[in-house]
Amino acid sequence: MTASDGNGGAPAVDLSLMEPVFEKYAGQPGALIPILQKAQDIYNYLPPEVLQLIAERLGIALSKVYGVATFYAQFYLERRGRHVLRLCDGTACHVKGTPALLAAIKDEYGIRPGETTPDGELTLEVVYCIGSCALAPATVLDGRVMGHMRPTQLLQRVKRQIGSPLCSEEKNLEERTRRSR
Amino acid sequence: MNTHKDLTTAPVVASGDTNVISHRWIAVCMGTGCTSAASAEVRQALIDEITARGLEHQVEVRRTGCFGFCAKGPIVVMHPDGTFYTHVEATDAKEIVEEHILAGRKVERLMYHDPVSNIPIEKWHDIGFYSKQQRILLRNCGLIDPENVHHYIARDGYRALRKVLTEMSPEQVIEEVVRSGLRGRGGGGFPTGVKWKLARQTPQWPKYVICNADEGDPGAFMDRSLLEGDPHSVIEGMIIAAYAIGARYGYIYCRAEYPLAIRRLQIALEQARQLGLLGEHILGSDFSFDLYIKEGAGAFVCGEETALMASIQGERGQPWPRPPYPVVSGLWGQPSNVNNVKSYAYVPSIILQGAEWFQSIGTPGNPGTAVFALTGMVNNTGLIEVPMGITLREIIYEIGGGIPNGRKFKAVQTGGPLGGCLPEAYLDTPVDFDSLCAAGAVMGSGGMIVADETTCMVEFAKYFMKFACDESCGKCPPCRIGSMRMLETLECITAGMGTLEDLDYLRYLANGMQKGSLCALGQLAPAPVMSALRHFEDEFRAHIEERRCPAGKCRALITYEIVADLCTGCMVCARNCPSNAIKGEKRQPHVIDSELCERCGLCIEVCKFNAITVR
Repeated sequence: MTASDGNGGAPAVDLSLMEPVFEKYAGQPGALIPILQKAQDIYNYLPPEVLQLIAERLGIALSKVYGVATFYAQFYLERRGRHVLRLCDGTACHVKGTPALLAAIKDEYGIRPGETTPDGELTLEVVYCIGSCALAPATVLDGRVMGHMRPTQLLQRVKRQIGSPLCSEEKNLEERTRRSR
Repeated sequence: MNTHKDLTTAPVVASGDTNVISHRWIAVCMGTGCTSAASAEVRQALIDEITARGLEHQVEVRRTGCFGFCAKGPIVVMHPDGTFYTHVEATDAKEIVEEHILAGRKVERLMYHDPVSNIPIEKWHDIGFYSKQQRILLRNCGLIDPENVHHYIARDGYRALRKVLTEMSPEQVIEEVVRSGLRGRGGGGFPTGVKWKLARQTPQWPKYVICNADEGDPGAFMDRSLLEGDPHSVIEGMIIAAYAIGARYGYIYCRAEYPLAIRRLQIALEQARQLGLLGEHILGSDFSFDLYIKEGAGAFVCGEETALMASIQGERGQPWPRPPYPVVSGLWGQPSNVNNVKSYAYVPSIILQGAEWFQSIGTPGNPGTAVFALTGMVNNTGLIEVPMGITLREIIYEIGGGIPNGRKFKAVQTGGPLGGCLPEAYLDTPVDFDSLCAAGAVMGSGGMIVADETTCMVEFAKYFMKFACDESCGKCPPCRIGSMRMLETLECITAGMGTLEDLDYLRYLANGMQKGSLCALGQLAPAPVMSALRHFEDEFRAHIEERRCPAGKCRALITYEIVADLCTGCMVCARNCPSNAIKGEKRQPHVIDSELCERCGLCIEVCKFNAITVR
């Protein structure tokens, strides 16, 4: 890992990684959303240069690409933390204790949903229902579902994960990127 | 395989897999709930144990879809005897193989124990959770390997398609579905056959068949379990629908949050293409059809049919006004038939067993079964399928096993964020489209959330309004502004700053949203608040008039206190308090400083002596 990979400096975006994606969807109607999804698989978020490139290659206005990218919850326009904690706040999880989990994370790390810790280690997200209601309250830490979480237990798990060298989501991402090529 | 005749003979031979009805096999649930509870490790451990004893040709370990009883996962079922093991861990594999398979002794420790008598129950259908269920849609979930098309075929799969292509005209297919009385399972309850007829009558070409698998309701996972456990039943239903209305292409629009469902669908589509069940000249007939998966990108409103089609077209998922309805002008301006996952999956059974058979289940006007995700404050959470007309009480107390920890039932929410809540007095309401609607709730797509006495109904209503406000697409002002104003009003009430006029204001806003919004999201979003206000107005008034939250949930209206007589001065709460609000000497009763207290509830969780109360 080089210095520019951290949260500080912005690393250069390798736009050539998008070529196979454009090739795959060439001439297909309605391809904007799948292209944005593939782009996010590659870069982990949607850098402005990539949005610009997509607009040029599809021959549509940048405002439209931006409009779609900001409409859907799945797309991120900002770089995210090394570790991502998703708390499910679906109804079942909500009545079974997600608010207490949110409060515990906020007290410990000072971040609210959608925010990343200043050191770039942890991003907190709230999602509505991951369909694991029987495990309520359900949480997802770096892509791994953890059910029946209680505040103390969750804080322990998060601490342990932050201490670990490479998170599984990064590994998943590498694999997804390989497949999409 | 190219012709319909091959379908009867080829599968078993072609796969070399005769295990579908065969001797001994072990079903391991690989649904989302059990997978999160490490069922993949259990499956691998069972395979290892069986291979180590050289039994791999005699005992098959099969990955299956969801059994529904997610609260007890990972679930393992031994066949042919049907013994049902719950909470199985990888370390139990050795005992299961040695005892159950080799010695023929059942492992009592892993069986489901009746919560009242504590007697172990051996077979799944003797368990209360399953006793009142009738599984038509979920008939294959837990039996077949969803990634093996031959398992589906061996269970009469694609027989309905063969019947349709060889014996029935498109009009006859539509007539059969109309006569069955099947109503759309996405929540609206529109007659499926009538929709198909309208789509067929529209002259433009091409036409599209679309499956709405954008299951976004919080607390609902019916469509997901069906797609993960039996994807071919949905695909077969869609092919039949395409034949009936004359469509050439189809789309399955599935939430991106469901990666396992998407993967299983991809596998299923690939297998169907290889067998000639999709593509050019299906089963040697003149009918051609192909299907594609579209992944959603995280927008609840895309569950609305016009927004869904906008999303397929690569645009912002915003609804457009109806009429014209999608059956006349839908995707790319062409006639499009949009149905829910479950609606399609009923079709093969209706074709094979007839409209009369389907009519005989459920109640007149509401035939068939209903699939619910039963969650929240209930003992047996999970996925259930029940005949229409069963009462809420039977579902919550007999299937769901009642409320945990001896607490009292307060309300049940059906239809998720666009539904309504019903109090105890309504527990004997039959569950069907018309009765729930008359009672002020809706059937919805099938989420059923139980709230107990510790749930604050104002906060519960606020939660749903927050969801609607977040998910409002912003196109029409009644929904965009109305949901925000309703949320702000509810926030005032839970913060102890509400007035009685606020209740009238909520009703006024709700009326405007219901009448003025463009799509069902805005029209139905006020429903949870309105039903809570109708049935639990006293709780709203307690928040406003007495500045008190009866359930002890609203942070601004409660204080935490330590009961001096119960506190042993163990200091655990003080060490865990994130805001250092708890003071006190060792072995002396502690005190909470309510100025510093964040009311996070950590202290209650860690206290072993129940010494902390909420007022």
